[in-house]
Amino acid sequence: MTQRSDSGQAFADGVRTVAPMIPGVIPFGMTAGIAAVEVGLDPSVGIGMSLIIFAGASQLVVAQLIGDGALPMIIILTALLINLRMVMYSASLAPHLGHLPMRWKAPLAYILTDQAYAISITRFTYGRSHGAKHWFYLGAALPLWILWQISTALGVWLGTAVPPAWQVGFALPLVFLVLLVPVIRDRPSVIAALTGGGVALAAHGAPYHLGLSIGAFAGVASGVAAELMLQRRERTA
Amino acid sequence: MSTTAVWTVIVVIGLGTFLLRLSGIHLLGGGSMPEGLMRALRYVPPAVITAIVVPAIVYGGPDGGFSLHNARLLAGVIAAVVAWTTRSVLATLGLGMGSLWLIEWLLH
Repeated sequence: MTQRSDSGQAFADGVRTVAPMIPGVIPFGMTAGIAAVEVGLDPSVGIGMSLIIFAGASQLVVAQLIGDGALPMIIILTALLINLRMVMYSASLAPHLGHLPMRWKAPLAYILTDQAYAISITRFTYGRSHGAKHWFYLGAALPLWILWQISTALGVWLGTAVPPAWQVGFALPLVFLVLLVPVIRDRPSVIAALTGGGVALAAHGAPYHLGLSIGAFAGVASGVAAELMLQRRERTA
Repeated sequence: MSTTAVWTVIVVIGLGTFLLRLSGIHLLGGGSMPEGLMRALRYVPPAVITAIVVPAIVYGGPDGGFSLHNARLLAGVIAAVVAWTTRSVLATLGLGMGSLWLIEWLLH
């Protein structure tokens, strides 16, 4: 009985911690819904993307690429490249959640997001640790999943009513600008960002809509190179 | 693209994304990832996000490219400043879309 109330407490704690992020998730989700119907996809596809993919950035880009008539293989590769950061999140959560049975790990992995990761890893690393880490994580991640489904459905419903002159598609880079701020932390990440953006811009006309992927690879490579160079300079100095 | 193709693409991406999400938690158990791989993965978010944002601002609109008629260039710079200072999705969306509409209205 005490164990159950501990779990409930950890869950409620997670919900409380995620609450301040809610105002940001709703417009983001609505944008993803609007983007899907704006390129002419069926409303069911917009909702299906949120349930099956459940990753905002990639959903927006997938909608855009489908609208541009990109090849299916390119769309898949681009989306997975965008979601590659989940490997990093997943790996860094492993020491805290890796011991759980698969019936826990699979659903917890499915609801992994940038926000749920950020909240949980901060708590697990610096916060007071009371047993039920997976309940805290569930409390942080599950409300985001529910909100995402509701807000994309709302966007899908609204999207058909929005006139093209409003240029709702511009919301995509706007949302991403906000996501960019916290990931630019040091000099190598600035270099990775500048290279990624610059190369993607130069490669805009690249065949098969590969511009984004080329830019992303160049950005990651330059970030790693910058980090290694800075380390070497520190060692010799 | 046909409806079947669209759904196939979505299911494959969904499955792939799930495996990416499960990878670390499942394969590592309680261990940690090779240092080199973690280092490279740290630069995925900044590189990917700007690779999405910059072309979307420059070439995304009806008057794409570097020209005075491209309202997205100035609106994008304004939005970047708002994002940087407020870190708020709501404020960035509001002021970004607002300035885009205002600039379009002034240009036409």
